[in-house]
Amino acid sequence: METGRWKPAEIAFWLVPVACYFLFPGYLVLGSQILAVALFALSLDLILGYAGIVSLGHAAFFGLGAYTAGLLSARWGWHEPLSALAAGGVIAAAAGFLASFLVVRGSDLTRLMVTLGIGLLLYEAANKAAFLTGGVDGLSGMANGKILGVWGFGLRGHTAYVYSFTILLILFVLVRRLIHSPFGLSLRGIREGRKRMPAIGAPVMWRLVAVYTVAAAIAGIAGALLAQTTQFVGLDVFSFQRSAELMIMVVLGGAGRLYGAILGAAVFMIVQDYLSGINPVYWQFWLGLLLVAMVLLARGGLMGALDALAARAKRR
Amino acid sequence: MTAALRAVGLTKVWGAFAANSDVSLELAPGARHALIGPNGAGKTTFINLLTGSLPPTKGEVFLGETRVTRLTQHERVKLGMTRTFQINTLFEGLTVLESVMLAVCERTGAAWDWRHTAASRTREAAEAMELLRTLRLDSEAATITRQLPYGKQRLVEIALALATRPKLLLLDEPAAGIPAAETGEVFAVLAGLPADVTILFIEHDMELVFRFAERITVMVGGRVLMSGTPDEVSSDARVREVYLGDAQDA
Amino acid sequence: MSSLVGVLFDGVAYGALLFLISLGLSVTMGLMNFINLAHGAFAMFGGYLAVWLMTRWGVPFVATLPIAFVVIGAAGAVMERVLYRRLYGASPLDQVLFTIGLTFMSIAAATWFWGPSQQPVILPAWLRGQVSVLGVDLGVYRLFLVAFVIVVSVLLRWLIERTRFGSQVRAAVDNREAAAGLGIRVDRVFTLMFALGTGLAGLGGALGIDVLGLDSSFPLKFMVYFLLVVAVGGAGTIHGAAVAAIILGIFDVAGKYYVPQAGAFIIYLLMVVLLIAFPAGLFGRRH
Repeated sequence: METGRWKPAEIAFWLVPVACYFLFPGYLVLGSQILAVALFALSLDLILGYAGIVSLGHAAFFGLGAYTAGLLSARWGWHEPLSALAAGGVIAAAAGFLASFLVVRGSDLTRLMVTLGIGLLLYEAANKAAFLTGGVDGLSGMANGKILGVWGFGLRGHTAYVYSFTILLILFVLVRRLIHSPFGLSLRGIREGRKRMPAIGAPVMWRLVAVYTVAAAIAGIAGALLAQTTQFVGLDVFSFQRSAELMIMVVLGGAGRLYGAILGAAVFMIVQDYLSGINPVYWQFWLGLLLVAMVLLARGGLMGALDALAARAKRR
Repeated sequence: MTAALRAVGLTKVWGAFAANSDVSLELAPGARHALIGPNGAGKTTFINLLTGSLPPTKGEVFLGETRVTRLTQHERVKLGMTRTFQINTLFEGLTVLESVMLAVCERTGAAWDWRHTAASRTREAAEAMELLRTLRLDSEAATITRQLPYGKQRLVEIALALATRPKLLLLDEPAAGIPAAETGEVFAVLAGLPADVTILFIEHDMELVFRFAERITVMVGGRVLMSGTPDEVSSDARVREVYLGDAQDA
Repeated sequence: MSSLVGVLFDGVAYGALLFLISLGLSVTMGLMNFINLAHGAFAMFGGYLAVWLMTRWGVPFVATLPIAFVVIGAAGAVMERVLYRRLYGASPLDQVLFTIGLTFMSIAAATWFWGPSQQPVILPAWLRGQVSVLGVDLGVYRLFLVAFVIVVSVLLRWLIERTRFGSQVRAAVDNREAAAGLGIRVDRVFTLMFALGTGLAGLGGALGIDVLGLDSSFPLKFMVYFLLVVAVGGAGTIHGAAVAAIILGIFDVAGKYYVPQAGAFIIYLLMVVLLIAFPAGLFGRRH
């Protein structure tokens, strides 16, 4: 069983974003976005990789967090960033809690439809409530106050990057704790033996409600984080495209591995930034092909591939 | 003295097909009771009705004084009713120790603990290892369940049930698939359970049934044919005709 | 009052179209237990095929319909044999990812060949305009649509209830192992049903260009609607899909007509409410 102690590879992993801060000062804005999306991916891995819930509408919580932070800052003059971040998390958690009761019942198809439906519902609502959200044009005019009254957000994105990295790291540590705990073990139990869990006395529904709420909260914080670092919220935060791409990131990196979600998000966003700028149609086609190939061939995504390499290296 | 288990008129009907018709059964605390019958007699359905994984069309289930008919499966487990499955229903991707530890944690409530690592829960881990030792599974503690041979998986199936410290244990063909030489071991473990644990087991192996059961109920076509001591059952003409007779001819 | 009837009729026509396309999806999900999010792509290509036939080869509109049915159905059969078949036992996640991948590829291909904009459709003269039925003005095209779908439904009903193939399908839906044990070539049944379903989708795509529109984002835009029909109606049922499609069609058209500010919000809300009340669908079977 996992002892919970940090392995050297993990420490090395977390030094990479720190190094990037110094090595790529011109890419810090992209970097902040990657960090926010990585947090979003982490939240999906909790429900997808560990509890086994296939959700096509996780962007719903991301969007709720984003718009909460956005509205607080742009419309209601609240500029304190940390509390706005927390508010985004709380709103998303409340929505997640309510939605969870729908998600834990029914067949796979029903679950898929409900998660999809909630995402679309919110997208439409945000679209129609343009007086509030800015509709298709998006919500701009956000301004961030200083973090803890000390660090202001500059144009180059230095503060934003450190801010994003810190939030990601803190939440990652907490999620990692959760995964290694008995609660995390029970999540894996639900994933590995859904039928056996009630037979050993596990209240499966309540577990799923709990983990879904937590995942929604983290997604909400990620959304708020992205809103704050880009100072803009567009309708696409609620889009199906977002939910689908997020699932791709998690599976690409390797679901149920925690680091897989972050790795997948980083790789995906870097490649997307590079390729879709060239030709969006190509990007979509190759992405589709990658998905098909991944399902037919690759098991375990990037983390699985890394594992295989490591195993081969050990044998030599 | 209150019965440990009381099933009253349990009926399960699907359209025109009655899997269980008006099945009643009473078990005294500490009973060692076997449930036998030909394939398709509705024995597993009966267990499913008792545990709550199937809702009955009619009838009630009582665990001691408590009426449990409306309770969910996991609530009944908390009250002391645990079952094993005819087909291994395990946590394929978890190790043996993790699986049993999970069951122990669910019982003690540790499963809601999200702050400490599972490994640091020494009390639950020790209990899990002890249980593995009694079933001679301790050498496989770190093996992933799906890599175990079938016989050992069957033992894990039983370990998971025992980890919940049941007061009423419902075993669905516990020896199925275990090599004949080792079935005695399994039953020895079960026989070694405290005398106040009530056991109802479905079995096809008549030798084991007659060795361990104090009373036997025979089910045919979804109904109870008769209940009695092993002697009464083996000498009953109807039972012979329906069930034991076929076995003797075979 | 006549506007209400008009709206209802438009809703029914819209629903009929959705039913035609979604039927294949209901079959796939009920029969093979396979979540095919790429179903809309088959409908889309049926539409594009019809447009190409009409503009490039001057084929009359009505003639494009059976061609779309056959060609797309054949393509579906090939896809089933080569790709889909491998994933019948796969996890829902794998099926979702796989079919999303196919969807992305289809959209990209369609954009590459035809560009992202709406395809124009010129209906033949006899289908344009309106006709007065019992004092209400109804669109000729929509009347044709409803009649066409009714005819197809009757044919399907006959196929399922009266032919040997139909009884094989019903057996395979009820209990796959038992059907195989009886000597029914289940894999062939699957291929044919998949082909039938995708053929109908292609047919619906061609038939419905004027009502649903056709552009390269069609599969994603309408994916929800098709899934909705199947989820609400209950996978594997024909009448379930029909009822769900009609309800959906009416609510969508009526919603957009009477409460345009709400947009598609009503539909999604309706779906969530219905799925809460009927987790297995209106006519779904609980496995």
